[in-house]
Amino acid sequence: MDQPLISIRDVHKWYAGVHAVRGVSLDVKAAEVVGLVGDNGAGKSTLIKMLSGVHRTDSGEIRIAGELVEIASPKIAMRLGIETIYQDASMVPMMSIARNLFVGREPLRLRIGDIGIIDHERMRRESTQAIANVDLHLRSPDALLGELSGGQRQGVAIARAMHFKSRVLILDEPTNHLSVKETAKVLGFVRGLPAQGVTGILISHNLHHVVESCDRVVVMARGEIVFDRPVNETSIEEFQEYL
Amino acid sequence: MTPSRKNEPPAVVPGVRRRSNEAGAGRAAIKNLFRIYLEKPELAGIVLFVLLTAVFELRSGAAFLSSDNMRGILGLLPEVGLVSIGVTILMICGEFDLSVGSTFALTPMATSLMIIAGVPAVVAVLLGLVIAGVIGFVNGFITLTFSIPSFITTLGMLFIVRSLTIVMSGGFPPLLPDDLDTSVFTRFVGPGGLFRASFVWFLVIALASAAMMAISNLGNWIRATGGNLEATRAMGVPTIRVKIFCFVLCAMMAGFGGVMQVFRLHSPLPSIGDGLELQAVAAAVIGGTALTGGIGTVLGGVVGALLIRVIDNGLVMSQVDANWFKFAVGALTIFAVVSNTWLRRTARRMKVAT
Repeated sequence: MDQPLISIRDVHKWYAGVHAVRGVSLDVKAAEVVGLVGDNGAGKSTLIKMLSGVHRTDSGEIRIAGELVEIASPKIAMRLGIETIYQDASMVPMMSIARNLFVGREPLRLRIGDIGIIDHERMRRESTQAIANVDLHLRSPDALLGELSGGQRQGVAIARAMHFKSRVLILDEPTNHLSVKETAKVLGFVRGLPAQGVTGILISHNLHHVVESCDRVVVMARGEIVFDRPVNETSIEEFQEYL
Repeated sequence: MTPSRKNEPPAVVPGVRRRSNEAGAGRAAIKNLFRIYLEKPELAGIVLFVLLTAVFELRSGAAFLSSDNMRGILGLLPEVGLVSIGVTILMICGEFDLSVGSTFALTPMATSLMIIAGVPAVVAVLLGLVIAGVIGFVNGFITLTFSIPSFITTLGMLFIVRSLTIVMSGGFPPLLPDDLDTSVFTRFVGPGGLFRASFVWFLVIALASAAMMAISNLGNWIRATGGNLEATRAMGVPTIRVKIFCFVLCAMMAGFGGVMQVFRLHSPLPSIGDGLELQAVAAAVIGGTALTGGIGTVLGGVVGALLIRVIDNGLVMSQVDANWFKFAVGALTIFAVVSNTWLRRTARRMKVAT
């Protein structure tokens, strides 16, 4: 049997006395797209935040490609090839698209330790490329991010994740605040992830979106996984009952 | 991958259906203006600066731009200007420092006492800056550890540091030794001795700060941290360390400004820098820095400080009662924030770039 790319074993997380994630175990294969659904407070956001390095696990283990890892910070998650896209597109509105794409990972010309001079030319070039790669059409990488529409911002976030060669792309409610047309594009992109060899985890409130773009549905409730099945072996009516 | 064609911007802004080419061109010009404004928030300050200079030059009968008067303005600018730069950078990072005025006084007080005690001047200045840096660090550490507004932390620090300064002075301002060579800051240099050496220091520090903000990754992190803290942290930027750095930098700038002033006055009065914190915030804001963080430039902070000095001096030169100075600065500050907020909101509504 194939070794899973992500292997979560008996992971727990407490927040100030609240047991948010209660012994979750989950395997995700390479180039599989998993839809993670659940009501508010079901623990799905907490679970993925432990994958993206925003929160640390209280107990349990996470393996990436068989290797036991301690995802103590977003930086470590990124090094492992885990990129996360949040619903608000987590970007800085008053900075240029290029600067947003590379914040925290700027290409440097001259450096002392972590600090150095940004290689602006390379940053612009790679930004243009990254944006073109996700088929996004923008005037210039120097435009301010705040001037873009919600869908365009989400596009830039996707371009960022893809540019840094992610193995795992986590999308946390990426279609909130988007128009119908923009939503369709984002979902189309999610559907295309396996073809690029990228593993996806899509968190969504919208069950139709999950059925439309994922290979597998995982339902969480009260901090536990209560349902887990391939999309083509189930129906919305079936897993809706677990929510 | 199925190419997911991202939405292209509508060719025409909704609601603005076909118009004559002329109107379209006019609209494009306005859009361009807004775009320039968004990218260069200090522009309004610069325009105002040029206007005021012209007005004062006319009203004072060409005395305002005379070399004697320029020397006066440029001689005082570095001290306030440094504080403004520090405060501006810290505000871009999303934090605030009200204790700079007190640090402005304590640093030279400590330095002076060390010099009087026989410590070599260079060492004393450096140690003074270390003390300033510690004040900044404590500001940042308390603010970030307890997640409280820096407004409160540094308001407390304003009183604490001022009190320490007075305690250190023993109630009487000590005098710097007569033979202390302060020419490194005070001697007149440049064409016709137009400015003091302190202005050169100021210029170098301002350029270095502007470069840091514009071309280094640290500058990118500072702006991003102030612009969207959560997102920046999620991108792996060490936001806590970035903020602490800005707190320390701000305090050290204030301390250095204070040292320059005391070397000019030759005595560390414990009361110097009183009210400077608010002037520095006013300068930053007039220069286009947003109180919410993420927006602003070093040049803006400098222009703001320069504007305040120009108003201070220009009112006198055009024989207006000097007591109107604070009124003018206050009005300008409110005007700057109101117009900046309005411009930003309008620019956003217009979606200027796409």
